[in-house]
Amino acid sequence: MTAPPLLAVRGLVKDYAVPGVVPWRRRYRRVLHGIDFDLAAGETLGLVGESGSGKSTIGRAILGLAPATAGSIRLDGAELVGLSRRAMRPARRAMQMVWQDPGASLNPLMSIGETLDETILANHPAMPSADRAARAGALMERVGLPAEMLALIPGPFSGGQLQRVAIARALAVQPRLIIADEPVSALDTSVQAQVLNLLRDVQREQRLSLLFIAHDLAVVRQMSARIAVLYRGHMVEIGPSAEIVRAPAHPYTRSLLAAVPGTRRNAARTAAPLAEAAAWSGCAYAGSCPMAVARCRAEAPELRDLAPGRRAACHLA
Amino acid sequence: MTGAPVLAVEGLRVALRRTGVALVSDVGFTVARGETLALLGESGCGKSLTGQAIMGLLPAELAASGTIRFQGRALPLGDARAMHGLRGSRIGMVFQNPRASLDPLMTVGAQVAEVLAFHTVTPPADRRARAKALLADVGIADAAACLTAYPHELSGGMCQRVAIAMAIACEPALLIADEATTALDPTVQRQILDLLRSLQARNGMAIVLITHDLGVVADAADRVAVLYAGEVVERAPVAEAFALPAHPYTRALLRAVPRLDVAQARFEAIPGQVPAADAMPAGCRFAPRCVLADAACAAPPPLHALAPERIARCWYAEAA
Repeated sequence: MTAPPLLAVRGLVKDYAVPGVVPWRRRYRRVLHGIDFDLAAGETLGLVGESGSGKSTIGRAILGLAPATAGSIRLDGAELVGLSRRAMRPARRAMQMVWQDPGASLNPLMSIGETLDETILANHPAMPSADRAARAGALMERVGLPAEMLALIPGPFSGGQLQRVAIARALAVQPRLIIADEPVSALDTSVQAQVLNLLRDVQREQRLSLLFIAHDLAVVRQMSARIAVLYRGHMVEIGPSAEIVRAPAHPYTRSLLAAVPGTRRNAARTAAPLAEAAAWSGCAYAGSCPMAVARCRAEAPELRDLAPGRRAACHLA
Repeated sequence: MTGAPVLAVEGLRVALRRTGVALVSDVGFTVARGETLALLGESGCGKSLTGQAIMGLLPAELAASGTIRFQGRALPLGDARAMHGLRGSRIGMVFQNPRASLDPLMTVGAQVAEVLAFHTVTPPADRRARAKALLADVGIADAAACLTAYPHELSGGMCQRVAIAMAIACEPALLIADEATTALDPTVQRQILDLLRSLQARNGMAIVLITHDLGVVADAADRVAVLYAGEVVERAPVAEAFALPAHPYTRALLRAVPRLDVAQARFEAIPGQVPAADAMPAGCRFAPRCVLADAACAAPPPLHALAPERIARCWYAEAA
C-alpha cells in the first residue's frame, strides 16, 4: 500500500462499564485491547471472530456509536476519537453501516422511498425534491429492486430484498467506507449469494472501502482481500485472505478453520472456553490453546510480522 | 437399516385451518435406530413445521394430516393429550435458543430433576445424583457446580448441553434437534454435533436434525431430505446428495455456498425467491427459479425413485 490508508486504526481500546450496585465502585470490562489496522481506499478487510471477540465493537467504535476509550481512529488523516457528535458529522457522511437485520434497521412506518429521501436530504439539504426522487429511483435500480417498491413500507418484503434496500440507503450518501456487520448471516443461502454479489459489485464500481464483519469464514474469505482474526478483544492474526485460510499462523485461527461446518478436519479440538477472561498476564488464548507452553501464560504475545503483510500474535507462530 | 424404522413419516401435510392453505404439502421420510436424518431447507420450506407436527406442537391454527408412525404405531395427530406422554420421554427435543428453552428461575439441577420426576420412576432421593450423571454425560466438566447454577450463569453452549441432558434424560428412541446449533459459535457448534454423535453411538437413538446449514448436514447426518416450498424434493444418503445431487434445487443450493478453498469471482446465486404458500406454482414449485425448466415442468413432477434410498421430485432427475 503506497497511498495513505483511508482508515487508520491505532491502539483502539474500548471499555464497557459493568453494571454495579453503587456507581462510585463501577468496574470496567475491556472488550478491545489495542487494535491496529489500516484500510486502503477500495479495499475490503474482513473481521472474523466468535461472539465476544469485539468484531462488532470495532465497527461501532469507528462510527462513534460506541466511543473509543483510548487510541486513534483516523479517516483520511483526520482524527475521529474524542470528537463531539456535531464535529463527527462530516466524517459520518463518509461512512455507512449495513446491519445484520434489515427488518430492524429500516423504519417500519416509513415507505422505502421516504427512508431513502430522508437520507439523501440529510446529506444534500439543497437538492430539489425531483432530483432526490430521481436519485432514489437510480439507487433502487442499482440494487436490483423495482421502483414500485419505493411507495411501500418494508413490512411485506423478504430479508434479501430489505438488505438490498439497506445497501441502497448506505449508497445514498455516496460514502467512502461501508461497515457491514454480519450483512448476510440472517439470509438464506440462495439469497445470501445475491446480496454478496451486489455488495462486491458496488464496492468495486465506486471504489468503496469495505469493513466486512462476519463469523462465516468462507464468506469473509471470498469478500475480503485481507482478513483480521479477533479473539476476546485481541487481534491475533492479520494477512491476505488466501494465505490465512491456506496456512493459518495462529492456533486460534486454526481452530476456527477446523470448526467450519462441512470440513470435518480432525485438527486440534478446541477446549470449551469456559474460564472467564484470562487470569494470567499472558496470551488470552492460552487457556484454550492446544499448543500453549509456560511462556504463553507468563507473557502476552505481541502482534509481530511473519512475512510482508502477515502478522500474528503468538509466541509459537 | 435393519428392522422397522423408529420414525416413518408419509404424505405429511400441514395446513392453515381457516383457509386450507398448505404450508407443508408432501413430506415423507424414515429414520432408523442409530441413524441421523437431516431435514434441510431454507426459511419457509416447512422443515420446522414438520418437526412440530411429529412432536404434536403445532400452533392451534394449523392442522396436520398424513401418517406419522413412531416405533411402528401411528401417532395420534391432533390428540394433544396422547402426545403429551410421548414427548420428553420417548421423543426428546432440542431447540435453537437454549436459553429460551430453560426456566430462568430454576437451577439447572432442579430442571433436570423435574424431567426425571415427570417421566420416570426415579425415586426423589436419587434424582439429584441422576441429574448430575446426565450433566456429566453431556460433557459438562464440573457437573456438581452446574447443578446449582441458573441458566444466566452459563454460556450458550453450556445451556444447549443442559437442554440436551434434559432431552436424553429418559433415553428417548428419537431426538428431534431443530436448528439446535444455529445460534452457537462455530467451534461450540462442532462440540455439540460431536456430542450428539457420541450419545447416539452409546444409546442408539434416532436423530432428526432440522437445519438450513449444508455444512451441518455434511458433518452430522447419514441421510438427508431436502425440502423446498413444503415438499421433499430429494432424499439421499448424505455423501451421494453432495457428490451427485439429483434435483436442480439441491445442485443450485450446493453451488450457492461460498467456498473456503478457492477464490470465486462470483457467488452462484439462485435467482428469484421461494414462492409464497398461497401462490404456489401449479406444476413444479422450483420451476420459476430452475435452469432446466421447460414446458414439462408445468405439470407437478412425481417422486422419481432413482435407486434404493434415493428419490428426486423432478422430471429431469435421471439426467442428473
